[in-house]
Amino acid sequence: MSKRLLVGVFESEDDTLAAIRASRQRGFKIVDVYAPYAVHGVEEAMGLAPSRLPWVVFALGLLGAGLKVWFEFWTTAVDWPVNVGGKPFNSLPAFVPVTFEVMVLFAAVGAVLSFFFVCRLYPAKRAVLPVAGVTDDRFAVVLEQTDSTFEPEEVQEMFEKLHAVHVEEQITGEVA
Amino acid sequence: MAEAAVALPPPLIEGDKSIAQVTRDVCAPMEARPTALWWVALLISSSFLLLGAVAIGYQIAVGVGTWGLNRTVGWAFDITNFVFWIGIGHAGTLISAILFLFRQRWRTSVNRAAEAMTIFAVMCAGIFPVIHTGRPWFAYWMFPYPNTRGSLWVNFRSPLVWDFFAISTYFTVSAMFWFIGMLPDLATIRDRATAKWRRKLAGVLSLGWNGSYRAWQRYEVVYLMLAGLGTPLVISVHTIVSWDFATAVLPGWHATIFPPYFVAGAIFSGMAMVLTLMLVARRLMHLEEYITLRHIDRMCKLVITTSGIVGLAYGTEFFTALYSGSSYEQFVFLNRALGPLFWGYWTMVGCNVFVPQLLWFRRVRTYVPAVFAICILVNVGMWFERFIIIVTSLSRDFIPANWFHYAPTRVEVATLLGSFGLFFTCFLLFCRFIPVIAVAEVKGVLKYGKPRLESVHE
Repeated sequence: MSKRLLVGVFESEDDTLAAIRASRQRGFKIVDVYAPYAVHGVEEAMGLAPSRLPWVVFALGLLGAGLKVWFEFWTTAVDWPVNVGGKPFNSLPAFVPVTFEVMVLFAAVGAVLSFFFVCRLYPAKRAVLPVAGVTDDRFAVVLEQTDSTFEPEEVQEMFEKLHAVHVEEQITGEVA
Repeated sequence: MAEAAVALPPPLIEGDKSIAQVTRDVCAPMEARPTALWWVALLISSSFLLLGAVAIGYQIAVGVGTWGLNRTVGWAFDITNFVFWIGIGHAGTLISAILFLFRQRWRTSVNRAAEAMTIFAVMCAGIFPVIHTGRPWFAYWMFPYPNTRGSLWVNFRSPLVWDFFAISTYFTVSAMFWFIGMLPDLATIRDRATAKWRRKLAGVLSLGWNGSYRAWQRYEVVYLMLAGLGTPLVISVHTIVSWDFATAVLPGWHATIFPPYFVAGAIFSGMAMVLTLMLVARRLMHLEEYITLRHIDRMCKLVITTSGIVGLAYGTEFFTALYSGSSYEQFVFLNRALGPLFWGYWTMVGCNVFVPQLLWFRRVRTYVPAVFAICILVNVGMWFERFIIIVTSLSRDFIPANWFHYAPTRVEVATLLGSFGLFFTCFLLFCRFIPVIAVAEVKGVLKYGKPRLESVHE
């Protein structure tokens, strides 16, 4: 399904933030915002829901720790108990350091892999940029022209009032 | 207006840069041909690397008998080097994770290089225990996998197994943290590269990053998560390294003070190494406006803080020995200060406690040659700290009949030099092929210390 998009290009974070706020106020659908660096306050302005990644990290950390405690118990006290200096086979306190490390490993690797998964990032993926320069010094606000009430000229004027350096219409498939 | 502007802290990045200028400044040295100085430095460091490779090949072929170890002193040069390098790495995580959690935005200018240093230092550290196993081709036996020997599992009560897990987790997490931080910069390189191979390579590695804010939002969350996980991780790693010693019953090692003492020492030595590298890099790559005297000043303050903690630990060790009433414990510490290795002990105290006191003076903290010299001395002092802890406790333990000296062989010295060669070769290649400064992060702090009304349109 092709979409009609309107891309406003800006050169400072303040203008970008103002453009996002103005677009939201007017009820336009923001497809995405592109920025060369993480700008404080953009996700609030865009109204993005908070990421659920922390829960994934928490769950994976718990899973890693749980599995490791079980594994240490099973290897040392069940599968092949070895008497080391007369210590109890199930020496739980001595299992703490490795359990901690494995928890961190599971949580960190899981965080990164789930980040790649939700953002659809993979090696050699062809990058689709709305306009050139969004990885250098340009900011882009991409709006979708949802229905006939959307007046491209009017929106262009609004963007230009907010110091847009360039506004263009794109009739393509998905940009994001 | 004027008064409000005066109340602002000075900007983090000097020279009133525009966003595009940051990209240009950081990418320019990578896109130009390498300088003659870089080639000379690479030649020297790779020669040391070669020397180390030869030494390692020799000692693996012949055996650990090529070292100066004996029945009394079973750990010496190699474990000293191991702890030294691991410690160096910790400052990188301090800068990238702990200072991130504390919202110290000045870290953006140095975190990329500091994290690179962490990874290379951990690589250097890993060499030593692996060779010390005697049969390094069986190093994978450290991993608890189902095997044909029983299955005989590893002993999870052993600090050496803890160490294996700690170091490998630390390396993995540091490498991921480094790569995630680099992702937007790789996209920047991809989009501005003119050389075809560079665009291709950056295109593969940048995973299709396009600066979409939906990705940025999750990126920020993942970065925060990794910083949150990295902070306890770095503390756990050196704590576990110190347990290699503290769980033994040897006088001078068997102390509860070891974990905090080692962690502080690690950050102390690592900070000194970061400063050493950054002072050189900012000069050679013309990054004085990004790594400013204020950055150096702040890192110096971290050096003197950790130096204070280390100095306190040295004093506490003597007090504990005295207060314990154990004659063995008391003897070990007197032996460290006045015994055959007294010169090493006083090098350590001089370099780690006395010399850094100069950093109390702002004049010293902002005079680059002085900071450089102090940092080199701290690195020397911290190497001696580990040497003294390990060798004095082992060479003179409970029964005087067992006492024996230790002296390193040429093979051991060559391996140490080789590890420096590996470290600097990796660092030089890093300076050449990867943006030394986190471009996307620095862009975010350009406005720091500038009045808000000073907009581009007015």
